[in-house]
Amino acid sequence: MQTNLTINGTPQRLELDPRTTLLDALRHHLGLTGSKKGCDHGQCGACTVMVNGRRINACLTLACMHDGDEVTTIEGIGQPDNLSPLQQAFVSEDGFQCGYCTPGQICSATAMLEEVRNGWPSHVTDDLDGGADLTTEEISERMSGNLCRCSAYPNIVEAIRKAAGENA
Amino acid sequence: MRSFEYTRAESTGAATRDAATGGTFIAGGTNLLDLMKLEVMAPEALIDINRLDLNQIEGTEDGGLRIGALVTNSDLANDSRVRRNWPVLSRALLAGASGQLRNKATTGGNLLQRTRCLYFYDRAMPCNKRAPGSGCAARDGFNRILAVLGTSEHCIATHPSDMAVAMRALGAEAETLKEDGTTRRLTLEELYLLPGDRPDRETVLEPGELITAVVLPAPVRARQTYRKVRDRASYAFALVSVAGIVAMENGRITKANLAFGGLAPKPWRDAAVEELLTGEAPSDALFNRAADLLLADAQGFGGNDFKLPLTRRTLVSVLTELTQEARI
Ligand SMILES: Cc1cc2nc3c(=O)[nH]c(=O)nc-3n(C[C@H](O)[C@H](O)[C@H](O)COP(=O)(O)OP(=O)(O)OC[C@H]3O[C@@H](n4cnc5c(N)ncnc54)[C@H](O)[C@@H]3O)c2cc1C
Ligand code: SF4
Ligand code: FES
Ligand code: FES
Repeated sequence: MQTNLTINGTPQRLELDPRTTLLDALRHHLGLTGSKKGCDHGQCGACTVMVNGRRINACLTLACMHDGDEVTTIEGIGQPDNLSPLQQAFVSEDGFQCGYCTPGQICSATAMLEEVRNGWPSHVTDDLDGGADLTTEEISERMSGNLCRCSAYPNIVEAIRKAAGENA
Repeated sequence: MRSFEYTRAESTGAATRDAATGGTFIAGGTNLLDLMKLEVMAPEALIDINRLDLNQIEGTEDGGLRIGALVTNSDLANDSRVRRNWPVLSRALLAGASGQLRNKATTGGNLLQRTRCLYFYDRAMPCNKRAPGSGCAARDGFNRILAVLGTSEHCIATHPSDMAVAMRALGAEAETLKEDGTTRRLTLEELYLLPGDRPDRETVLEPGELITAVVLPAPVRARQTYRKVRDRASYAFALVSVAGIVAMENGRITKANLAFGGLAPKPWRDAAVEELLTGEAPSDALFNRAADLLLADAQGFGGNDFKLPLTRRTLVSVLTELTQEARI
């Protein structure tokens, strides 16, 4: 089945079995192996990408459902010689050990900071309409969809806080 | 995953016709694809409803809100009207799943998500819901997360949704479109079936019947809260949850809408409990009488016995919070 996607700004025409998840389309058909497969069941966040600007789990959606959509992967967020502020902060704050969860963490955090800028409350926000400060509690809650088997959480939170501060 | 025929529905009418002849709707896909990967569900045809025009949230004439079936959990939780007038719904949505999942999960799909019973997911085990007549491995098995109310000898699964619990407390109704073009409105009480001897049948929806919207009645002047108790602070399903909407006048409770998650095969509401509270002055003794009544027919299965005292404590705590100002 033919599916047209714009991946990191580049139009792609793919011929796929309808069973192909967006994650498998990225990794196996387009060679974009930055997005990782941890659980393949929406439980770990390693496969997080942005579709039309929103973070989703690429393992729990079919590529064919996204015909015409714009997908941003970790490869589109920055490159080794041109790191995004979040990528830079993960390096400087040592926000990982093995690094397997890191692309998902960074895609998720990139979209999460946008959600905060748009005034989205979280489960731990006191006032649903009052906006939120990026406390450790807020960052942890908003990033709870990204697990880290190495438990690098304290440094992940620091990296996000640092990148958010620089953007503010 | 078994192979299937994929169709993108061009209209609600076409979607219902395709689904009536053996197709299965896919919305966000966050529950269905999970189950298809495990071959717990193996639809022959998927009807993708994502391009249908069902993603609006609009006010109704009587001051309520009509929520399109494809509105995502994120968009619903963040809608300024919902935050202001139906905060229990925002709170319940924000307590569910993760940021990524809420961006995909839809209003219709959330209502119809399947149980998280471990044996339902494990095709090597007996499960009357997955394989009717095979038995229920959970009754004498690992049933920590399962139901204590509304169960049958054939199934003790819980409905896992947080959103549906808040909607039940709010008196929401689902609007549907049938294959023959007729529409109907179902309260959530009417929508969900108890397991009885057919746990594979979970709702009254007919083959091909599409949920098009959920309608909230006009907001009431009352305090609202959603309390979710779970094994970890985030990204976990409820063991017990309570959606509470409570109004007070002159030191007495004038309204107490209470819905419970994690306890039953559907979001649970008990009119007798609400009646017992109405007209009374709040007190610990009253709240415990309400818990006695709620749990009068409750039955644990070993691993989930703890839910009885946990429900009591959660209910008392929620009622205390919602009546507090007036009690001081
Ligand atoms: C790791 C994880 C954690 C989660 N945690 C929580 C949690 O804490 N709380 C919670 O409440 N939920 C939780 N969820 C569940 C999540 O909320 C549901 O998967 C989601 O709401 C389902 O919506 P969907 O649009 O993706 O449905 P789909 O998967 O697309 O569909 C689900 C079912 O509904 C049917 N359907 C969909 N739309 C319609 C319609 N309009 N009319 C008729 N039938 C329809 C489909 O045919 C299918 O049978 C979690 C899920 C995961 C994977
Ligand atoms: S409780 Fe219901 S879903 Fe779980 S094993 Fe028993 S029949 Fe299956
Ligand atoms: S691989 Fe998608 S959430 Fe784990
Ligand atoms: S750094 Fe190893 S899983 Fe997160």
